Amino acid sequence: MHEHRDYQGAKMGMWLFLFTEILLFGGLFVLYAVTLGRFPIEFHEASKLLDVTMGTTNTVVLITSSLFAALAVTALQKGNRRLAEVFIGLTVALACCFLVIKYFEWSHKFHMGIYPGSADIADWAPGKQAFFALYYTMTGLHGVHVLIGMALFGWVWWLIRAGKCTSDHYVALENGGLYWHLVDLVWIFLFPLYYLIT
Amino acid sequence: MTVDAGFMTPGDKSWVREWLFTIDHKRIGMLYLWCIMAFFAVGVFLGLLMRLELFWPGKDLIGPQEYNAVFTLHGVIMVFLVVIPSIPAAFGNIFLPLQLGAEDVAFPRLNTFSFWLYVIGGGTALVSLFTGGGAPDTGWTFYVPFSSVTTTNVSMAVAGVFILGFSSILTGLNFIVTIHRLRAPGLSWARLPLFAWSLYATAWIQVLATPILSITVVLIIIERLLGMGIFDPARGGDPILYQHLFWIYSHPAVYIMILPAMGVISDIIPVFCRKSIFGYKTIVGSSLAIAFAGSLVWAHHMFVSGMSDTAVMVFSFLTFVVAVPSAVKVFNWLSTMYKGSIRPEPPLIFALGFIFLFAMGGITGLVLGSAGTDMHVHDTYFVVGHFHYVIFGGTGFGMFAAIHYWFPKMYGRMYDRRQAIISALLLVVGLNGLYFPMYLLGLAGMPRRYYDYLPQYTQLHQFSTYGSWITLIGLGLMCYNLIRSRYRGEPAGRNPWAAATLEWTLPSPPPTHNFDQEPVVTHGPYEFGEVQDDA
Repeated sequence: MHEHRDYQGAKMGMWLFLFTEILLFGGLFVLYAVTLGRFPIEFHEASKLLDVTMGTTNTVVLITSSLFAALAVTALQKGNRRLAEVFIGLTVALACCFLVIKYFEWSHKFHMGIYPGSADIADWAPGKQAFFALYYTMTGLHGVHVLIGMALFGWVWWLIRAGKCTSDHYVALENGGLYWHLVDLVWIFLFPLYYLIT
Repeated sequence: MTVDAGFMTPGDKSWVREWLFTIDHKRIGMLYLWCIMAFFAVGVFLGLLMRLELFWPGKDLIGPQEYNAVFTLHGVIMVFLVVIPSIPAAFGNIFLPLQLGAEDVAFPRLNTFSFWLYVIGGGTALVSLFTGGGAPDTGWTFYVPFSSVTTTNVSMAVAGVFILGFSSILTGLNFIVTIHRLRAPGLSWARLPLFAWSLYATAWIQVLATPILSITVVLIIIERLLGMGIFDPARGGDPILYQHLFWIYSHPAVYIMILPAMGVISDIIPVFCRKSIFGYKTIVGSSLAIAFAGSLVWAHHMFVSGMSDTAVMVFSFLTFVVAVPSAVKVFNWLSTMYKGSIRPEPPLIFALGFIFLFAMGGITGLVLGSAGTDMHVHDTYFVVGHFHYVIFGGTGFGMFAAIHYWFPKMYGRMYDRRQAIISALLLVVGLNGLYFPMYLLGLAGMPRRYYDYLPQYTQLHQFSTYGSWITLIGLGLMCYNLIRSRYRGEPAGRNPWAAATLEWTLPSPPPTHNFDQEPVVTHGPYEFGEVQDDA
């Protein structure tokens, strides 16, 4: 039985999957939009409690990692396997960096008693509580996607090592890159909605 | 050419590797079929249990808490484990690549993965019954705030639903790519069998609607585990938003259930009337229109939830709009039969049962779709009757029709046709006995999901329970006939029904590698002129 290889089919499958991811986050963006419409002032106040510097740094980190992912695809297409591996490594390293920054950000908030269900925020206005409920849910889910993306790149790296992802059959890396751009894209929407809404 | 005795015959590897880790779409489809039938049996048992409990007012068999758990389980099992995957995952997997003249689906390994997700998700849902704080008691809709505060094992059940949703998404994704990329030469879109078209429309709903359910159940889980308060008004949340999110998936989900059944019926009717389908393009168009318009009507489940009057009117109007393409299909089927040379074989009898029962459910759907009448019958037995007519009478009968249509192809044997027809008639009578009294109960004001009722409802409840027994006899006869025939039936040839789609050009059961040579399609799926009868 010959191995079925369909470049366009594989790309199409990935795009369809990305639609489902957009819709998954879409549900949360709908919740955000409705809640923002209901509590615009509270959202504004709650937003001021977030650290814009950390958020901005993370945005830069993630966009740069997306650039490296794209460079990895180009490197492999041009047959430079070594360079592709280096770029994949850089992508994963920056993803890690993103999560570390996120960790410090979150733990600082926790330390201040700002998390859903905490005693400190029980007396806050409902809109401010809702802001943080959505903040933790959406950035948390995004964080899970960062982890999945890292695992995906690890797998592609292994494929390249094993010679299963090559300069004329690079769709696995390309699809991994597409996924990573989506993770990046979601963050690009999350960043202004939470950090810059003033 | 090597002789291949068919995909069902054992090979040289162990049974587990041959079947459970197979990447052959036909075997995966068979695995789905068997699992679905097993879950169906469990769901039927739970349904009968409820009917027995409701035979007399007051407590007969089970208490209120158990009753809540039983209707929740019945709903979860039937909706997520049986009806949604029934036709697409089982018959779609087996026959879509065959109808396209393809070797397999576009992503065979992903297909195996989908099946495993189905098994894991189903397992998780079942485990939730016996662990934690007891079986979930929320109803299959998992409405907040109850689902976020009840002590029963809701988190695990919805985790199972999440996994099942993922399985459904991947199957839909696989089918879309398969239909786009793997059609045989000559098989243009205008020659695609209507079953394949219906799977195509279904697959788009699976891909575009299911993620919303995924996020909704994830929110329940984090709500329960972390106390987020996203749906808690005291903390700035809104429980109505839960209902919106839930029905944005779960209303389109009923079209995931019904569209493939309509595809099966559209394939069966021309074959047994020896006539090309009337209005091929309108059937295709109506499938796509149902998929599209069906995504815009979710809030008709929420007319009494406190939405604005404008929203109620808009969704009521849109609900009427989505009835149009369904009616178009029914008219097409009837027009196909008109002056056809009708052969009353079992698949056709099931198809006719489908049309009748689906129409019974569809017409009452309009009663529920118009806001005024919905206020009166909302959350009564009228609703229960409506969706059981549509789902059991529609999807269930579509499933049975598919089994009887493709049985000779799958097993290379023919069942007893007389018994099959008798079981179909028993089921039609049984379902009407079972569900018609529910309309009357609902109009009289009997609420759904109650384990006890006032004495004046006794007679109708008892009538309904008698109907459930006739249904059970019909199902029993059907299963007996099919299981016996699988081993002892008369051998069937390539094409016992003289159908014109590609799967009937293969031996029965089909060989492992499907087509020896890639077929070239030269005529439409319902042009019977050149077809040779081969029983």
